[in-house]
Amino acid sequence: MKFTGHVYKFGSNIDTDAIIPARYLNTFDPAELARHCMEDADPGFPSKVKAGDIIVADKNFGCGSSREHAPIAIKGAGVACVVADSFARIFYRNAINIGLPILESPEAAAAIQEGDEIEVDLETGLIKNLRSGEVYQATPFPEFMQRIMAQGGLINYVKESE
Amino acid sequence: MGMTISQKILAVHAGREYVEAGELLNCQVDVILGNDVTAPVAIAEFNRLGREHVYASDSIVLVPDHFTPNKDIKSAEQAKILRDFARQQGIRNYFEIGQMGIEHCLLPEQGLVAPGDLIIGADSHTCTYGALGAFATGVGSTDMAAAMATGEAWFKVPESIKFIYFGQPPRWVGGKDFILHAIGDIGVDGARYMSMEFTGEAIRGLSMDNRFSMANMAIEAGGKNGIIAADDITMAYIKDRVKRPYHIYQSDDDAVYARIIEYDVSKLEPVVAFPHLPENTRPVSQAGEVWLDQVVIGSCTNGRIEDLQTAAEILKGHRVYSGLRLIILPGTQAIYLEALRRGYIETFIEAGAAVSTPTCGPCLGGHMGILAKGEKALATTNRNFVGRMGHPESEVYLSNPAVAAASAIKGRITPPWEV
Repeated sequence: MKFTGHVYKFGSNIDTDAIIPARYLNTFDPAELARHCMEDADPGFPSKVKAGDIIVADKNFGCGSSREHAPIAIKGAGVACVVADSFARIFYRNAINIGLPILESPEAAAAIQEGDEIEVDLETGLIKNLRSGEVYQATPFPEFMQRIMAQGGLINYVKESE
Repeated sequence: MGMTISQKILAVHAGREYVEAGELLNCQVDVILGNDVTAPVAIAEFNRLGREHVYASDSIVLVPDHFTPNKDIKSAEQAKILRDFARQQGIRNYFEIGQMGIEHCLLPEQGLVAPGDLIIGADSHTCTYGALGAFATGVGSTDMAAAMATGEAWFKVPESIKFIYFGQPPRWVGGKDFILHAIGDIGVDGARYMSMEFTGEAIRGLSMDNRFSMANMAIEAGGKNGIIAADDITMAYIKDRVKRPYHIYQSDDDAVYARIIEYDVSKLEPVVAFPHLPENTRPVSQAGEVWLDQVVIGSCTNGRIEDLQTAAEILKGHRVYSGLRLIILPGTQAIYLEALRRGYIETFIEAGAAVSTPTCGPCLGGHMGILAKGEKALATTNRNFVGRMGHPESEVYLSNPAVAAASAIKGRITPPWEV
């Protein structure tokens, strides 16, 4: 899977309350959650994000609660992929399980800036900055995890393999 | 080479003699937990799998505690999904309003979690049960759905950090301060993906309620789990509660740790975490002048009987500061009733506090105490992220119940010895 998209950049320790505040957790409809995606980190985000955009963040992205609503909101907003210096453990699991592509790369997170266009290749782990021409190497996921993400999540993957 | 408690529990549940940090394992789980926010998503995913029945209905626990008693129509619909699923699948451990408590206070109290268990919960504070010597960790709704269908979940065996707490803690310093101090030291990702093992004479001297507070906040350092080896205090707690076989594990002397960190608790004072991360800690005497609009005492971190006892001792004969709102939430119905019998509830109401039925409510900005723009709250809860308790421009400070009660009387963050 390859994605090319416009980057929105976030800092460290973006927690799940910032990604989707608990006041919206009385539903799990992706479209409704998407309307409030990243709202407490950047109130303008839900109105400006477009399908295919990419989030790049510093360390510990998705810390806090276990709410799967967080990756669901990001995926629902049309975000193609999240690249971060590092991910909090539960968010990392949840993103893979619901089929939101993610990659960990401290180099990419440090160098990529808001507004850059980047190309992400999940298979090879290569991230290319189309503005600067720089290339960053993330550790690619094992094949079965790539397949989970490609099939849109763990449940689809389990059904496909049955 | 030896193993840590966490390695041993994961090994046994994977049918293995020995496992190393970093290995991926498929494990049988003993308990699968969900609440009214996470379980509806898990149930929808479970239904997408097309399975008619859950793998083992007795291993599933459903607790509608976050937005209950139902705060609005959408929340009522979510809670109903749990209720209907529990009935349809014959899940006995569903706790209706009236028996319901905050999940991480309720499960240990009901004897549903035991030493040596492997527990997953679709709630990040599932790590609380590590206080009993269990391996307990938070997962998402899809993991919960898969485990309901198969009885299994996959785990990466974590590396461990060993925390050794020694010395005698001063008065008003307890488990909440031990863990906030550690988070302040290593940071909110200091134990990312790792197991936090709490040991030492100061841990052995802690009551179960204080141990639950500690293990509860392992996730706030990014930890996969927090764990305390079971001892006589654990055994006394589970004696009349746990009705099934369990197993006690100890870490081997030659177990491998990524880090060993020692703290002298005799040097600690109550800790306050400033906005907007639990790692922004200061000793209470260095909090400065922080005037408060609201104080919350309760939650899965500090909603147990000893927490209420501490609050009652400080509030007895005092009035809540004029204009400040003090909200107290006992963690379960049993804790509520015990507090009532001991006269704490009377003390709280005479002091001018509002006492609520158990709910997670304000801790995550759900209901029962939401903050307006610019307001400041001190809470015995576990997170002080931006917007956690309400408006994105409100502020949450975290402390133990003694500091919270003293601050409710004085109107500003106050050490307990000043009351």
